[in-house]
Amino acid sequence: MSIQAETVKQVAVLARLQLDDQAVPPLVEQLSNILKLVEQLNELDTRDVVPMSHALDMPIPERPDEVVNTNCKDALLANAPDSVQGYFQVPKIIE
Amino acid sequence: MANDPLYETIIGLEVHAQMLTRSKIFCGCSTTFGAEANTQICPVCAAFPGVLPVLNRELVQMAIKTGLAVHGTIRERSEFARKNYFYPDLPAGYQISQFELPIIERGELTLDLESGEKKRIGITRIHMEVDAGKSLHEGIQGASWIDLNRTGTPLLEIVSEPDLRSSREAGAYLKKLRSILRYLQVCDGNMEEGSFRCDANVSVRRRGDTRLGTRTELKNLNSIRNVMRAIDFEADRQIDLLESGGTIVQETRLWDANLNTSRSMRGKEEAHDYRYFPEPDLPPLVITRERIDAVARQLPELPDAKAIRFSRELGLSEYDAGVLTSSREMASFFEETVQQGAHPKTAANWITVELLGRLNREGLEIEQSAVTPRRLGRLIGLIQSGDISGKIAKQVFELMFETEADPERIVAERGLKQVSDTGAIEAAVDKVLAENPTQVQQYREGKTKVAGFLVGQVMKATRGKANPAAVNAILQAKLSG
Amino acid sequence: MDPTQITLVQAHAMLRSRQISARELTTAFLERIARINPIINAFITVDGEGAMAAARMADERLAQGTATPMTGIPVGVKDLFCTQHLTTTCGSKMLARFRPPYESTVTRKLKEAGAVILGKTNMDEFAMGSSNETSWFGPVRNPWDIRRIPGGSSGGSAAALAARLALATIGSDTGGSIRQPAALTGTTGLKPTYGRISRFGMIAFASSLDQAGPMAWSAADAAMVLQVIAGHDAMDSTSIRDDVPDYSAHLSTRMEGLRIGIPAEYHPESLNPEIGQALDEAGRVFGALGATLVPVSLPHTRHAIPTYYIIAPAEASSNLARFDGVRFGHRCQDPVDLKDMYTRTRSEGFGAEVKRRIMLGTYVLSSGYYDAYYRKAQKVRRLIADDFHQAFQKVDLLLTPTTPGTAFPLGEKIDDPVAMYLSDLFTINVNLAGLPGISIPCGSDSQGLPIGMQLIAPILKEAPLLSAAHAFQTATSWHQRKPEL
Ligand SMILES: [Mg+2]
Ligand SMILES: [Zn+2]
Repeated sequence: MSIQAETVKQVAVLARLQLDDQAVPPLVEQLSNILKLVEQLNELDTRDVVPMSHALDMPIPERPDEVVNTNCKDALLANAPDSVQGYFQVPKIIE
Repeated sequence: MANDPLYETIIGLEVHAQMLTRSKIFCGCSTTFGAEANTQICPVCAAFPGVLPVLNRELVQMAIKTGLAVHGTIRERSEFARKNYFYPDLPAGYQISQFELPIIERGELTLDLESGEKKRIGITRIHMEVDAGKSLHEGIQGASWIDLNRTGTPLLEIVSEPDLRSSREAGAYLKKLRSILRYLQVCDGNMEEGSFRCDANVSVRRRGDTRLGTRTELKNLNSIRNVMRAIDFEADRQIDLLESGGTIVQETRLWDANLNTSRSMRGKEEAHDYRYFPEPDLPPLVITRERIDAVARQLPELPDAKAIRFSRELGLSEYDAGVLTSSREMASFFEETVQQGAHPKTAANWITVELLGRLNREGLEIEQSAVTPRRLGRLIGLIQSGDISGKIAKQVFELMFETEADPERIVAERGLKQVSDTGAIEAAVDKVLAENPTQVQQYREGKTKVAGFLVGQVMKATRGKANPAAVNAILQAKLSG
Repeated sequence: MDPTQITLVQAHAMLRSRQISARELTTAFLERIARINPIINAFITVDGEGAMAAARMADERLAQGTATPMTGIPVGVKDLFCTQHLTTTCGSKMLARFRPPYESTVTRKLKEAGAVILGKTNMDEFAMGSSNETSWFGPVRNPWDIRRIPGGSSGGSAAALAARLALATIGSDTGGSIRQPAALTGTTGLKPTYGRISRFGMIAFASSLDQAGPMAWSAADAAMVLQVIAGHDAMDSTSIRDDVPDYSAHLSTRMEGLRIGIPAEYHPESLNPEIGQALDEAGRVFGALGATLVPVSLPHTRHAIPTYYIIAPAEASSNLARFDGVRFGHRCQDPVDLKDMYTRTRSEGFGAEVKRRIMLGTYVLSSGYYDAYYRKAQKVRRLIADDFHQAFQKVDLLLTPTTPGTAFPLGEKIDDPVAMYLSDLFTINVNLAGLPGISIPCGSDSQGLPIGMQLIAPILKEAPLLSAAHAFQTATSWHQRKPEL
C-alpha cells in the first residue's frame, strides 16, 4: 500500500512534527517503500494467533504502597528550558 | 422540559475517582493534596528519559474491592495500555491507562428511586489509569505554568451503561457510587477538590425509538448539582434543536456553572486519535482467584446489605434504613448510638429528625456533629430509664449541641431530672384540680377529653419534669374517685 | 607493554597483582582516546576527571582487598545510559545538554563494582540506525577502514573497542545494535535475554525489544562485564527475577554433545559469499571441538524485518513523545503558541531517521490501521518466537551469520532506509523472540574487513552461549586481530 501526501501531513500533525513542503515527497516515497516491505505479512494467516506484546511471558510485579521522599524538584527543574517560581512554563494554553 | 412527554433522555456517566493510596500509581511520590508546586515529583512521574513505571499493589487491591462492591467481573488477566496525546500536563505524551483488557468488566449499581422503585444501572467497565498534572493560566501573562504534583495519582475510571434516564437518576447514581467508594475507603469523593470527577454522555430520542440518538459529552461538572443541571440543560438544548429541525453534532461541551450554560469545545479540540497500544513497560496483570477471595473477606458491609440488615434485624422502616446507610459515616453514627444501649428505632428517629435537622440548618456533615454518637446514645438511655421525658430530652439535645457537654451533666446541672415521686405529683395534681373546677366538672359530665388539658397544666406546674405516665395515672384516679 | 593492548581478564590480573595501578591504566586509555578519538569519533563525551577520580577509588579498593573483577577497569558506555551529572545525549540534538539527575541501573552497577567510566560513546540518534551515521555528533568511523561505517546503533561502543580505547564497552540492542557493529568491527558483542539487564535509566527506543549488553575483546571479557550488570531490578517491571549464574566459572572449551542448529533461512542469496565460507569454516571448528551440526528451519525468518519495522517504530513514536520541550532538552526559540513549541521543538531536535520512524510508528498505530499493521505484527512476532522455541527442542544453540555483508562505505545506504533496514536481517528475529545472542569474529573478507558470526541460545542460556563463544575463541584467533591505526 502506498501512502498519500495528505496522510503523511495528517500523521505529522498527530506526531507534532513540522514538515515543510519539500520534505513531503521524499517522505511519501520512503514510507511507501517501507509499507511495501511490510505488506508481505499479509501472506500469513494469523487468525488464531495470540498477539505478542512482550518478549517474555511474566506477570507484572507490584510494589508496596510506600512514599519514597525523593524531593528532586530543583534537580528536575534545573533541566527545564523555561521555569518560573517552581513551575514549568509553557506558552499560554488556550482552552 | 427535561421530563418531556415526547422525548426521553439517555445518560451514561464516566467517573474518575482518585484512589486513596499513599504513593502514586507508578512511583514513590506522595499523593497528598495541596502541596507546593512540583514538590511531589520524581523522574518517573515527570517522565524523564529512561525511567520506568512500577505498579502500586494497593491500587490493585482497591480496584478489586471496587469491582467486588459493584458485582463486577475481575479479569484474570488485564493489561495496561498507552493513550497517546500531547498536552503539557501529561509529561510522557501518553497516559498509562487500560483499554482492551480492563481490570473490571460488567458490574451494576442499584438505585433506590424516590418512587420507591429500585433500578439497576449497568457498569460497563472499571479501569486503572494515571491522573494528569495541573496547568495554571490565570494572572500569568502570555504563558501557562505546569504543576506535576498530581501527575501519576491513581485513578479508577468507572464507566456506566447508558441506563440513566433523567438528571435525578444521574444524581442518585453518583451519590450511590460515591457512597460505595467511601464505604470501601478507596476514595474521599470530594468533587470540589477533584478527587471524584464526572463526565456525562447525553442524548435524547423520541419515546418508543430503540436506536440511540447522537450524544454529546459534557465536561467540567464539579458537583452533583452541576451534573444534574448540565444534563437538564443539554437535554432541553437537544430537544429544542431537534424540534426546530436541526441535528445534533457529536461533540464535547464544557459546562459553565456561573452562566448556567454549556459551550462547544469544537474547533478548539484537535482531531484526537489516541493510538492505544499495550504498554510495553508493564507486563500483564494476572489476578488469582485466591487474591480475589482474600480481598472479598476483608470487604466491609456495603450500604445495600446494611440497609437490609437495619430493616430486617433492627426493625427500621426501609426509608430510615436507606437514610442511615446513605454514607459510611451516617451508618457508623447510628450503629455507635445503638451500641450505647439506645433502642434502634428511637435512635433512628433521633438521628433522622433531630440530628439531621439541626445539622442541615447549620450546613454540617454528620462527622462534624458536636453531639457524638456516644452522647446521643446516653441521652436516649436517659429517656428509656425514665430519668427525663422525651420533651426534656429535646432541650437537653439542643444544649448538648451548643455546649458539647455530656447529657447527664446537663440534666444534673439544670435540675431537669424527671419527677416520679408520687407525693410530689399528687400535690401538683391536687393544686391543678383545685384551680380548675370547671374542667373537673366537665370531665365528670363525660367530656373526658379535658384530661389532656389538665395533664398539661400539671406538666406546666412541674416545669415538664413530672413523669407523664405517673401524672396520667394519678389524675385518672382522682377524677374518677 | 602497552596497557591498552591487553584483555580485560589480563588487566584484572595485573591490577590484582599490582603490576599496574588503575590510575596508570586509566591514564593510558585517556591518552589513547585523546589521540585516536578525533579520527574515529567513538566518544561523544570523555570524562577525564570523573575517570581519574574513579581510578583513585579503585586503587584504594584494590589496596584494601575489596576489589571486584571490574574494579579499576576502564569502560565506555553508550550515550543512552543516564549518568548522574554527566551529559547524556542519546546521539541527539534534543538532549545535547541533558544532564540527568539520576543514574541508570547499568552504570550504577558498574560504578559500584569499581569500574572506571571513561566517557559516553557515540551512537545512532536514539539508537535508530545501523551505521552510526544518524548521530547528531557526527558519524563514527570504522577503525578497520575509516571510510567505512562501524555499524550501529552502538557504533561508538564497537569502534572504541576495536581501536582499543576501552577494555570493554556497554551497548544496547533493539534489533541488532550490539551484534551488528561487533561483527563489522571484529569485536565480541552480547545481547542477553530480554529482561536480564535492567532497562532503568536506559533511554528507550522500543521498550519490548531494548536490551543492554556488554561489548568486549573476547567472550571471556564479556562474561566478566555481564556478571556485574545483569540481575533483577525492582525499578524495571520487565526485569527477570532469576539468579545470575557465575558466567566466568561456566566458561569451558569442551563442546562434546553440544548440538548446534544451522537454520536454512540464514543463508539467503543476498549473503556475501565470503561470509558464507567463513560460517562453513566456523561450523567445521565447532565440529572439531566435538559439537554436532544439525540443519534446522525457522520458516518465518523473512517476516522478521517487516514485523520489526512496525513494532519498533510504533513503540518509539510513543516513547519519544516525552521530548516536547517542556521539562528537559531542546526547546525552539520564541514559540508563538503551544503547538508551535511542540512542532518546532521536535522538528529541530530530532534528525531525519528519528522523524521517519516516529511518522511510521504514528501511522501504524493510528485509527483504522492498528489491526492491519500493529496487531498483525504482534501476531507474526509470536510465530517468529515459536519458530525458535521449536528449533530449541532439537538443538542447544543456533549458528548464523551476524550480517549479510561486511562494513559498507559511509553514505552508501543512508538515503535508502529499506536497504539499511535489510542489514539487520539476521539479528532482528532474536530481539523479537527475546533470546540471547552473541556476535564474535570468525573471519575477514578479501579487503581485510572483519566477518562476524552469531550464536543464539534459548532464554536465559547466556552461560552456554558465552561458553561456546569462548571455546571457539580458544580454538581460533580472529578476535585477536587488530586494525592498523
Ligand atoms: Mg480516562
Ligand atoms: Zn514520582
